[in-house]
Amino acid sequence: MDAYVFLKVLWWLLLGILLMGLAIMVGMDMGVGTLLRFVGKNDAERRTVLNIVGPHWDGNQVWFILGGGAIFAAFPSLYATSFSVFYIVMILLLFSMIMRPVAFEYRSKVPAEKWRDTWDWAFLISGAVPMIVYGAAFGNILEGVGFHFGWDGQYYQTESFLSYLLNPFAILCGLLSLSLAIYQGAAMLMIRGTDPIYSRAKKIGSVAALVSVVLFVIGGFWVSGMDGYVLHHADPAMPANISTPQDVTRVAGAWLHNYAAAPILWLIPVVAILAMLAGSLAMRANKSTLAWWLGAVAWIGVLSTAGVSMFPFLMPSSDNPAQSITVWNATGSAYNLVWMTIFSAIFVPTIIAYTTWCFRVMRGKVKSPSPSDTHAY
Amino acid sequence: MDMIINPTVVELSRMQFALTALYHFLFVPLTLGLSFILATMETVYVVTKRPIYKEMTQFWGKLFGINFALGVATGLTMEFEFGTNWSMYSHFVGDIFGTPLAIEGLMAFFMESTFVGVMFFGWDRLSPKAHLVVTYLVALGSNLSALWILIANGFMQDPRGGTFDPNTMRMQFTSFIGLIFNPDAQAKFVHTSIAGFVTGSMFVMAVSAYYLLNKKHRDLALRSFRIASIFGVISSVGVITLGDALGYIDAHAQPTKLAAMEAIWKTDTHPVSAAWNLIAIPDRQAQKNVFEIGIPYILTPLLTHTETTVIPGIIDLEQQAKPKIENGIKAMLALKAYNANHSDTSALATFKQYENDMGYGFLAKQFAPDQDLAKVNQANLPSVLDKTANATIPNVWVEFWAFRIMVAAGFAMLVLFAFAAYYSLKNQVERHPLLLKVALWSISLPWIACEFGWITAENGRQPWTVYGWLPTFVSASSHSVAYMVFSLIGFAILYSSFIIAELYLMFKYARLGPQEEHHGDAAPAAGGGLAGKPAFAKASLDRQ
Repeated sequence: MDAYVFLKVLWWLLLGILLMGLAIMVGMDMGVGTLLRFVGKNDAERRTVLNIVGPHWDGNQVWFILGGGAIFAAFPSLYATSFSVFYIVMILLLFSMIMRPVAFEYRSKVPAEKWRDTWDWAFLISGAVPMIVYGAAFGNILEGVGFHFGWDGQYYQTESFLSYLLNPFAILCGLLSLSLAIYQGAAMLMIRGTDPIYSRAKKIGSVAALVSVVLFVIGGFWVSGMDGYVLHHADPAMPANISTPQDVTRVAGAWLHNYAAAPILWLIPVVAILAMLAGSLAMRANKSTLAWWLGAVAWIGVLSTAGVSMFPFLMPSSDNPAQSITVWNATGSAYNLVWMTIFSAIFVPTIIAYTTWCFRVMRGKVKSPSPSDTHAY
Repeated sequence: MDMIINPTVVELSRMQFALTALYHFLFVPLTLGLSFILATMETVYVVTKRPIYKEMTQFWGKLFGINFALGVATGLTMEFEFGTNWSMYSHFVGDIFGTPLAIEGLMAFFMESTFVGVMFFGWDRLSPKAHLVVTYLVALGSNLSALWILIANGFMQDPRGGTFDPNTMRMQFTSFIGLIFNPDAQAKFVHTSIAGFVTGSMFVMAVSAYYLLNKKHRDLALRSFRIASIFGVISSVGVITLGDALGYIDAHAQPTKLAAMEAIWKTDTHPVSAAWNLIAIPDRQAQKNVFEIGIPYILTPLLTHTETTVIPGIIDLEQQAKPKIENGIKAMLALKAYNANHSDTSALATFKQYENDMGYGFLAKQFAPDQDLAKVNQANLPSVLDKTANATIPNVWVEFWAFRIMVAAGFAMLVLFAFAAYYSLKNQVERHPLLLKVALWSISLPWIACEFGWITAENGRQPWTVYGWLPTFVSASSHSVAYMVFSLIGFAILYSSFIIAELYLMFKYARLGPQEEHHGDAAPAAGGGLAGKPAFAKASLDRQ
């Protein structure tokens, strides 16, 4: 295989891993934020809930920032186009995301009930909204997005934000993403929490896993009927240029073509479904660590299912399918991808090592913040 | 050709970026500086094992945390905004510019954010030495973060490490070394991170002065005052030295910025005699300063460190731009022809001939009839050249005064730190209440300097997002005005509430001081929270 093609595919895989890391780690914290008002019935319980993710949410959030940076560098045209075409949604996502660090740091610093209650709502919004948007973005992309490019690479947009925010399939995907996040957050609350937080999280989490299965299966049938995109006569080694026309057609059911071509790929959605079902059972059986890992597997399965069905598309254009963004026409240059690969090879294992160390240092059940502990949230 | 983006949308996008960046930059310098001051205090604790230094680290660490949260939150906006509002820019330079941003995440941001949790929560779980290492990693991570961001910014100021590729229609990365060893980036990193140390020093010194004036927390305040004032002297000298180096670098890389910064209209002559303007009222229309007070002869030696280098003035720079604009128009037309037909080798050859000036062709687009460069002919060429040449100069008035405000604040702080360190080392600060008052009331100076420094750097880069290659008005996303109004209103509401909350907490905890936490009475206000009180404690319980 051509080295450039290898790098393009490698970065498609790494993009997937990033999106998974983001979903698992940030999703977990967002799930906890969403659940805060429901698993913590009084202030002490809520502080305990916050302190469960307290030492780690900031580090986890960097998956999100790194996601932005890595897409910018490795898929510049995808970053440029997707962030702009989904402008209002991205801005809503951003507004809800930036509330979160402030909410963590400021909530418990003033004892007034009103102050704390306001920040607790901020946690709910900043947990649920980003996860719904995250899932809905996948939904929109599967459906095709309204954009095209001028000869100089400037993008033009033809959709209004209502048409992609408020369409049923996107909402379904958003809810799937939210319920997986709630599940993952609940698993974390079980690992580090004690009763009554533990049993409330258990109840909600085990249901969330089943809801996710149902939504995922409905979504699967929906996708099998919808219009997908097919790229003919692709030249994977092409210089990455989005204004070069490609031979793309819109075909009903095309998102299942990759599965038809290699039936072994069906294992991916099957694993996702099994992980969610087993996760629900694991929670009921009080195996919280196992449940957390099954949640991670479920995310990997769900995101891989979507990725595989679209390959090599990253964001098909419903407006001008010939200008769809694909793995072949939207990556960075070979030189850039080599440097990015070198840095990732060094730093991703380093990050995983010290993140693990930090989790180990802070491990154990979190109790109600004690009077002497001035460093809790 | 193609439509250009609604100028109102471009202006609103610029306004949004400037406001969110300036806002973000309220928190960054304090994080950069205070993190190392914390590490220094904790080092003294680990070496001397005296609990007062642990108390100092924890107290200043609490204020650090309040500031850090907003730095992280508003940094998210910056990471997103290139994509949401500067689509063409992101597409055009993402291959080069995105890489330092991604590396920043991998190498620096992950480190500071992962360890900051353990820094706050891990006091009882780590040995003092291990905790000290964690604090240093937070400080190192934040400063490395600044390094990679300024490497990215350096590319905008002086694009090195990549070039335009007509086959991909964007700038492509060709030299990692060229990118990271960009002189602008290196000098600006040191200048900015040291400016952070100045900010941290001033913050600690001013709050300590407040305690000393009010005769509270004397031990902690005296020690903090000394560390901060010494840190401050060293870093002020560093900031000024590197600022001077930056001016020197700009003289080569961005002559238009330098000319605007100093309001130089006419090119100096041999032997050099031009004055350095202390104050001036620049008039863009008349191409001169309507009023100026300067110091004769020192302009050239000051900026170029020589006595012979001629500094070009704005009038000459505009004339020099005109041939580039003509070439740029040819380059753009050839590029479009090549893009339509990749076997058109003559178009490619024409493009190659003029490619270094293609940015000026982009710039001319807004002044061409119907925004179509193909419609530029002999008859309308002079007017297109005049207007475009005029547009190559940044706003002189803003540049001149932003620069002077920054410099004035910088020197004022150096003088203040020098006095403060002198009296602190002689153990006499408490005998000089005036010094303490000045120290307290100067708390805003580093922020003024930082904000106006940002304006100097980025206003001076105009009209380009990538100097000489991509004009700002081409870089924006093609949104509607309604979209921009929506996001601007949202930012205004959110950011205003955040700054109110942050200032409230900063004042509250700074006034409260360190002792309430450790030696308070029966109900210590741990973390300001309800800790130590019944879980359902109401706000009224706190007002004892």
